[in-house]
Amino acid sequence: MALLVDKHRPRSLDALTYHDELSERLRALAQNGDFPHLLVYGPSGGGKKTRVIATLKELYGPGVDKIKIDARVFQTTSNRKLEFNIVSSIYHLEITPSDVGNYDRVVIQDLLKEVAQTQQVDQSAKQKFKVVVINEADHLTRDAQAALRRTMEKYSPNMRLILLANSTSNIIAPIRSRTLLVRVAAPSEEEICQVLESVGAAEKLKHVDALNKRIAQESGRNLRRALLMFEAVYAQNENINANTLIPPPDWEALIAQIADEIIQEHTPAKILQIREKMYDLLSHCIPASTIIKTLAFKLVPKISVNLKSEVIKWSAFYDHRIRMGSKVIFHLEAFVAKVMRMLERQA
Amino acid sequence: MASFFDIRARKDAAASAGASKAGGKQENARIQPWVEKYRPKTLSDVTAQDHAISVLKRTLQSSNLPHMLFYGPPGTGKTSTILALAKELYGPELFHTRVLELNASDERGISIVREKVKDFARQHLSNPPAGPAGIEYRKKYPVPPFKIIILDEADSMTQDAQSALRRTMETYSKITRFCLVCNYVTRIIDPLASRCSKFRFKGLDKANAGKRLEEIAQLEKVELEDGAVDALVRCSDGDLRKAITFLQSSARLVGALQTAGDGPDAMDIDVPRKAVTVRIVEEIAGVVSGDVIDRLLQAMQSKSKGRAFESVNTIVEDIAADGWSATQILQQLYDKLVFDETISDSCKNLIVMVFSESDKRLVDGADEHLTILDLTLRISDILQSNG
Ligand SMILES: Nc1ncnc2c1ncn2[C@@H]1O[C@H](COP(=O)(O)OP(=O)(O)OP(=O)(O)O)[C@@H](O)[C@H]1O
Ligand SMILES: [Mg+2]
Repeated sequence: MALLVDKHRPRSLDALTYHDELSERLRALAQNGDFPHLLVYGPSGGGKKTRVIATLKELYGPGVDKIKIDARVFQTTSNRKLEFNIVSSIYHLEITPSDVGNYDRVVIQDLLKEVAQTQQVDQSAKQKFKVVVINEADHLTRDAQAALRRTMEKYSPNMRLILLANSTSNIIAPIRSRTLLVRVAAPSEEEICQVLESVGAAEKLKHVDALNKRIAQESGRNLRRALLMFEAVYAQNENINANTLIPPPDWEALIAQIADEIIQEHTPAKILQIREKMYDLLSHCIPASTIIKTLAFKLVPKISVNLKSEVIKWSAFYDHRIRMGSKVIFHLEAFVAKVMRMLERQA
Repeated sequence: MASFFDIRARKDAAASAGASKAGGKQENARIQPWVEKYRPKTLSDVTAQDHAISVLKRTLQSSNLPHMLFYGPPGTGKTSTILALAKELYGPELFHTRVLELNASDERGISIVREKVKDFARQHLSNPPAGPAGIEYRKKYPVPPFKIIILDEADSMTQDAQSALRRTMETYSKITRFCLVCNYVTRIIDPLASRCSKFRFKGLDKANAGKRLEEIAQLEKVELEDGAVDALVRCSDGDLRKAITFLQSSARLVGALQTAGDGPDAMDIDVPRKAVTVRIVEEIAGVVSGDVIDRLLQAMQSKSKGRAFESVNTIVEDIAADGWSATQILQQLYDKLVFDETISDSCKNLIVMVFSESDKRLVDGADEHLTILDLTLRISDILQSNG
């Protein structure tokens, strides 16, 4: 059975429930053949992808829903073979070049030129151009981004790009210059409540207003998360009321536990125990930067006023180190040790 | 269902599309984003960049050309200028045989560049046809006796590939001219740069950018409210490409608001339109609304440390969830703080250092939420302890 998140995903601009003004903007752009390249950015779980798919539908009609997945093989200059998945309809294709890490440039160079140099198969298509959706564009290497530059200009009669990213600071200036930036804010808590209410009604679930409010609050304005929590709460409990427990995801519970341990004991032995937990998180594919950020925000409410800014300062410092360095565990641990020392000196 | 990668189907489609090409030129222009539609076609079309353009125009007469290096920020006309120059030198018939363009989307390893350049340089030098047609052609285009190799986006070439280019440049210097184009001149190795005449492309100034935008607006029949042009120029920071995209999107938006309900075809009818406003431009450009910035600044200046933390934290959390770009926030905070006369110079010294560090972190890909929170808390601290 499909998750509620997927099952109730709106498929057209009309069906999108929030940011009506933005939907109108996208519609206005999609009604013209001079549709520009887009860079759609915003926090995760805020509905960027859903909005992009709805825009594609506005551009081409229902044909974009008929998608298939191909595996393609690319060859690097050093003759390495890369396998790469492509999701496509006859009008568009969707790729995640960061899947192939540092070889993303090869994929961009080959694939986009190939797409750009061929015409729309469907001669009655509403648009003469095809769209290539690039996921996780903020993870593209600089080389891959540079490879996009002239391609975006030269082949614009045949191809438009939609780049998706959580933030724009990793996108090089020439690419930002070539795209229209479209910000998708996360929905507000009220907007999340509305979505929960309508999904609940469609699923014939008992409506508890106060519970929905709590879920919205817990979700940190992340709609995907809110829907997952909503589904979990209803699946795990027979009796739903305003106070039904909302279980946090396992990883988050573990980080909360780490925060408590840091507050309680400031010893090398403790650091060692925490290291085990860190490895546990990392092996479950929780990104190190998510760990450090979550940990910092779990610590902040538990410590005295004059240390709060310090904790943020060092979390930002080590988050940067995590991006630049190669052994994330060093920096996670350094942060833990740093906070313990601060607490110790304070005591 | 036809497959996206069904090559046969594509070829057939391409062939039939080719057949219906007659009269397609007009349509082709219509379906391009405005930045391409209004790409300068001749040197005279290029806005601003007076120095480069006047020197290059002279070379049209002299039939000689140095190696060249164009550098400057995005969207200032570098690629357009070299393409326009090449077109004016060779005309449409010879352009493809006389000009080789290699850019960052091409494989540019050492051996590949060398091979491509060698092959191209060795090809027989194409000339206008003999007879009266050729004489006519030469009247219109100088067709100098060399080919041009454009290395666009040259700053993304490795140092090694660049060094290898030195020899190649020399070997074929009789029959080829190189034009390197880049954003950062410092990323071009010295031995290469010193072989070229350098042309700096500046970010477009307000007057020139404004003039071009007004021209385009007129051609596209877009009404602009007072101040809208200024807003376009201000938000795009000298990048004309960006300004044109903002203009197009704003125009589409007001066009759509106007004709909502009239069906898409109503867009083409020449009716008076609603004007593009400053607010629409700013919204499209992603400018953070002034009151978010003001609230943040106010929170940063709270007298009590505890209160400062709580309110800054809450506001930054909203900023992150609203997806505002951190670089944009940085820029707008910077503009406010650095020009604030009530803040002492020594304070500003400290503040600027925090900006510098945060900017670097963002470029390195650090988390935007943490970086902005750290920046604002540190500045808040500075303001409190020196205020
Ligand atoms: N000086 C200019 N005069 C007229 N139009 C310009 C000028 N500069 C930029 N434009 C507009 O911006 C578009 C992009 O310009 P161009 O490709 O020449 O930029 P570039 O300097 O090569 O930028 P990049 O460094 O990003 O490659 C053009 O198609 C044109 O619409
Ligand atoms: Mg260029």
